[in-house]
Amino acid sequence: MLGLHDFWIILVYLLCIGSTLLCVVYGLVNWNRGGDGVQPEKILRWEKEEEELTE
Amino acid sequence: MYRLALVLATLVYLLITGYLGYVAYRRTKTTTDYLLAGREAHPYIMAMSYGATFISTSAIVGFGGTAALFGLSLLWLTFLNIFVGIFIAFVFFGHRTRAMGYNLDAHTFPELLGKRFQSRFIQVFSGILIFLFMPIYVSAVLMGATQFLTVNLKVDYEAGLLLFSAIVALYVIMGGLKGVMYTDAFQGTVMFVGMLSLLFLTYYRLGGVTQAHEALTALTPKAQEVFGAMGHRGFTSMPAFLSPLWWTVVSTIVLGVGIGVLAQPQLVVRFMTVRSSRELNRATAIGGIFILAMTGVAFVVGALTNVYFFNTTGQISFLAAQKQVDSIIPLFIERTMPSWFSILFLVTLFAAAMSTMSSQYHTIGTALSRDIFETLTGRKGTIGLSRVGTSIGILLSTFLGWGLPRFYGAGSEIIARGTSIFFGLCASTLLPMYIGALYSRRITKAGAIAGMVAGFVASMFWFLFVHEKESQVLGLCHALFGRGALWGLPWKVVDPIVIALPLAALVTVLVSRFTQPPDETHLKTCFNGLS
Repeated sequence: MLGLHDFWIILVYLLCIGSTLLCVVYGLVNWNRGGDGVQPEKILRWEKEEEELTE
Repeated sequence: MYRLALVLATLVYLLITGYLGYVAYRRTKTTTDYLLAGREAHPYIMAMSYGATFISTSAIVGFGGTAALFGLSLLWLTFLNIFVGIFIAFVFFGHRTRAMGYNLDAHTFPELLGKRFQSRFIQVFSGILIFLFMPIYVSAVLMGATQFLTVNLKVDYEAGLLLFSAIVALYVIMGGLKGVMYTDAFQGTVMFVGMLSLLFLTYYRLGGVTQAHEALTALTPKAQEVFGAMGHRGFTSMPAFLSPLWWTVVSTIVLGVGIGVLAQPQLVVRFMTVRSSRELNRATAIGGIFILAMTGVAFVVGALTNVYFFNTTGQISFLAAQKQVDSIIPLFIERTMPSWFSILFLVTLFAAAMSTMSSQYHTIGTALSRDIFETLTGRKGTIGLSRVGTSIGILLSTFLGWGLPRFYGAGSEIIARGTSIFFGLCASTLLPMYIGALYSRRITKAGAIAGMVAGFVASMFWFLFVHEKESQVLGLCHALFGRGALWGLPWKVVDPIVIALPLAALVTVLVSRFTQPPDETHLKTCFNGLS
């Protein structure tokens, strides 16, 4: 296949492409999922603490 | 004409990098901005920054040259880079790291571990580990980059070293992690274009994919002539099972570097820079493609250089480059590629070095200021303090890159081994505790500390006395026992990670089993929003 003859090399050549596709498919399928991880009040509290520290 | 074009391209590249550093400086107002890019990095910036930090010049030139020796078997490392370094890292570590880091308001990897196990010792120990050992790794990248600078721009080595370090220092110190990540994203884009062009041009020059691979297979007798005794079975075959070459490929390269990536502090911290899991999902797709285009291309092209050199000189790459492995890829590019590509490739290599170095500088600096100084003194951090820490880290790394080879005979070799020493130490010392932190409510503070210390001691022992590549250079084994390594084959080629990582994991689990479980309220805070 593609000029390669050793089973383990053919396997790893395909695994490299396959694992990239896995990343791409995972990213596309979950493109809009999980967008609710942030609590704004917590961030505001941290920012206030940091401002006090700088002053 | 060529020199002028090269200087102009480098200047344009540096101007864009400088501009991005300035933008980051203007946008850095709080400690969270400086340490975590304000926890609002765009998925493209996060993914490219992760990838560009991951891949240094040595991954392209050094490992590309190694692929010219070992052949396509090195692609197992690329597979691990993508599957473990991106997919497993993002999906199974990234989401939890981001959420837990947010729950605990952690700003660095050691701080995350320290707060998770309620242990200042863990945070300080991890910080010291980073501060002491990462500069050797940075020096390796710095020296590699400076050598390219001196050869191609005809700059004096020491002036080049200082210049290179100063440019990176400027945007890291002023722009913090925003400076690092904005410039990384640009540098990563340059690297992506450069490496894809290299792949297409190489296959094109060698008559297409199948023909190039067939020609490489046809060189099997030549490869065996030179490396046959070590177990080489040709550039398109795996080395003979359990031969010294097989152990080197599987143990050192694939396991050591491939798995070591999971506990790299400069990479882990990037998971905490995004706003939510959605950004990480998107970044997974981008990161996978990027890494394939980096090490995948470098290893395939590295192996294929043998076809070109054999066709033109009658010798395989190793011999054609006079046994200088690091010269194989640059020599191949100089001889085969059009001059516009040589310029693009050089800028690609500068980008690869700068993106890795900037993240390392930032991590060393935050380890000193946030994890060591603030934890020990109880003082709350400011941007100024982080900047001072980063400056000290930069000075230390630059001094090592300049001073070690000058004052110490084996200095250059120690630096050359710096990457594997740092990767091995991080994996064995931090990985079992990190997995426990994210996934287990039963791992105790005592278990985490015991595993961390066991992993560190076992790794150091293996580096100093058993793994010949390091023990010979470090010299302690020879001084005490009169030989380079304590034991013979296969131990002297077995990477420390193979021994120290399982041992550290075992100690972590065993000690946790017999010690008091963590406080339930604290666990609720840590795992808030996580299953």
